[in-house]
Amino acid sequence: MRIKLEARGQQSKLMSYASPILAALLTLICGAFLFWMLGKSPMQALHTFLIMPISDPYRIAELLVKAGPIVLCAMGLSICFRANIWNIGAEGQLLMGGLVGSCAALALLDSQGIWVLPLILVAGILGGMAWAAIPAFLKNYFNTNEILSTIMLNYISLNILLHGVHGPLKDPNGFNFPESALFSDWQTMPILLEGTRLHLGVSFALLAMVGVWVLMSKTFIGFQIKVLGGDERSAHFAGFKHKRLVWFCLLLCGGLAGLAGVGEVTGPIGQLVPNISPGYGYAAIIVAFLGRLHPLGILFAGLLMALLYMGGEMVQIHLDLPLAVTGVFQGMLLLFLLICDVLIGYRIIVHKSAPKIVKQSLSIEPPAVAIEGK
Amino acid sequence: MFAIRKYCLFKVLIVGLLSLGFSTIALAKNHDPLKVAFVYVGPTGDAGWTYAHDEARKYMVEQLGEKVKTTYVENVAEGADAERVITELARAGNKLIFTTSFGYMNPTLKVAKKFPDVKFEHASGYKRSKNVGTYFDRVYQGRYLTGMVAGLMTKSNLLGYVGSFPIPEVIRGINAFTLGARAVNPKAEVKVVWVSSWYDPGKESEAANTMINMGVDVVTQHTDSPGPINAAEKKGVYAVGYHSDMAVYGPKAHLTATEHNWGPLYTAKAQAVLDGTWKSEDVWGGLSDNALDLAPYNKAVPKHVRAIVDQSKSLIAEGKLHPFVGPIKDQSGEIKVPKGQRMSDSEMLGMKWYVEGVQGKLPK
Repeated sequence: MRIKLEARGQQSKLMSYASPILAALLTLICGAFLFWMLGKSPMQALHTFLIMPISDPYRIAELLVKAGPIVLCAMGLSICFRANIWNIGAEGQLLMGGLVGSCAALALLDSQGIWVLPLILVAGILGGMAWAAIPAFLKNYFNTNEILSTIMLNYISLNILLHGVHGPLKDPNGFNFPESALFSDWQTMPILLEGTRLHLGVSFALLAMVGVWVLMSKTFIGFQIKVLGGDERSAHFAGFKHKRLVWFCLLLCGGLAGLAGVGEVTGPIGQLVPNISPGYGYAAIIVAFLGRLHPLGILFAGLLMALLYMGGEMVQIHLDLPLAVTGVFQGMLLLFLLICDVLIGYRIIVHKSAPKIVKQSLSIEPPAVAIEGK
Repeated sequence: MFAIRKYCLFKVLIVGLLSLGFSTIALAKNHDPLKVAFVYVGPTGDAGWTYAHDEARKYMVEQLGEKVKTTYVENVAEGADAERVITELARAGNKLIFTTSFGYMNPTLKVAKKFPDVKFEHASGYKRSKNVGTYFDRVYQGRYLTGMVAGLMTKSNLLGYVGSFPIPEVIRGINAFTLGARAVNPKAEVKVVWVSSWYDPGKESEAANTMINMGVDVVTQHTDSPGPINAAEKKGVYAVGYHSDMAVYGPKAHLTATEHNWGPLYTAKAQAVLDGTWKSEDVWGGLSDNALDLAPYNKAVPKHVRAIVDQSKSLIAEGKLHPFVGPIKDQSGEIKVPKGQRMSDSEMLGMKWYVEGVQGKLPK
């Protein structure tokens, strides 16, 4: 027996909308079974995992705070991916944004005024862009594979950040511990909803979504990006400036990731610490594809990702379930989403007979046991 | 394939049985227990920093039984996530929350402000408030003793130390280890390799390997993974563990380890909250408070070595021996602590220099 995936001639429009719902249903069923096996009430466990994180304003605010940086990075990544530029470096660009923004904040520690925060944010954006400029330059002038260069730059930026926070940027009154001084009120994001951590930075994710949507569907440069991603030769024949597009996509992504990074240090963290990102830049890659590189899809995917993180904490806190179980549940949802997505584009073909070539080899030299085995 | 599935099923079943067990314990209560929560920076695992905290949690449950109910959250990142998790734990009705990593310091203080009736205990920090206390153990005492073991067991007189970050806590450990080794073996010297991480098995074993290749024959570490123990086992040299007993990772190599023993402290703190006598303070417990211990010796450690180290251990516990007592020279040979004088706690907490016998320069 042989199983094969065969491309469908036509993709069902209905199924492309129904597939996430189907995936969600499958996850709920399997998740319920998993929790039941662990001796928990399935309904209560699913409720704790999926509903509790959005059950009151504080938690919803937390969800948005968590989703913000992921969505910002994923928006930028989606533009790169549309252009077939495989930027894996959002993490490093985010860290660099946080680092450069923090440098600006620490340099302006005693400054007061409404201009302080915007200046810090611009510094962060420029930091992210500068970091993304390196792979753009390498790709354009040395034809360097951007997957490798961006991944390696992630480690470099992390170590520069660690050097900074353990060295020149650490709090002089902090007993040598690796943390910067706390930023002042002028340097931190204003809170949008009293009593929560919902800060101005989260709204940048929404702005980015609108911006990316307009860019990709309403502008000529968006069209050029899509053509470049679809067929590089056509883009070349049409006279599109390839190098300029590479610069554009990477710098835009770097800027957005940098904004996400500086938004974390001036937002919920409020100082420079060694761990400003628990892998947001990597999660954003999943989110970008889960959202099918569409701005609205990315927004939902980002919220879903944040919900899964928070739900995982909720079941640990309220149901005493171990971390590993939450990992299994999160993995299940992502796996089902991917499976359902594959089945929109492909159908499964089951060949009853074994492939011919195997039969021939068997007929030449028939080892009885092997045939039984088949 | 089938083996993997069977194994997973087996694991799930065990987890299921365990959680069933826990829920029956929880049911058998007569009045509301004190809810105590723990925030962990890593997975509870089989060894290391978080493992030691979780063992202490279990010890507390054993001691206080139905008077407490515990919850823990693993792998909580030290950035923006910490504040949310701590808040959620406070909201869930926990009245005593242990936040067990340095990076939780500011988030703990922020949450504590919003929940004045919840008590918080933060490990390794220096900021306190009305309802936030801090605690740590005098690990340097254990370092000194394990240094003695290493100094007596080495043949090359070259010891290796895998460091995480050059903060005073780590430098204090390196210095105590060096002083211990040189107290019994004046020729002993200590090499240090920094890995810029608290937990990175790959880098840690690489650092250990590098030092072993340079002639080091006892390796120790101020990092969380058993990587250096593994490396020593493979190369046939000795190792000294940290945080918890790591003997399973190097049955031949692992001489002993400095173990945290948070259990008595956690029990006392929970009891204080139950009694209404809890107050915010800084606890820095040593051998005399049973706050740390040495892991069982390897059978390779001969009797006379055990006798020397055990004797020093009881002297430290009785307060008759202090690892940082003068004369102590720094690397340039200059006397930093005059003869007979003991370093004060604040001097030890701010330690930024190497003692004589440590090789290499301290990164600034």
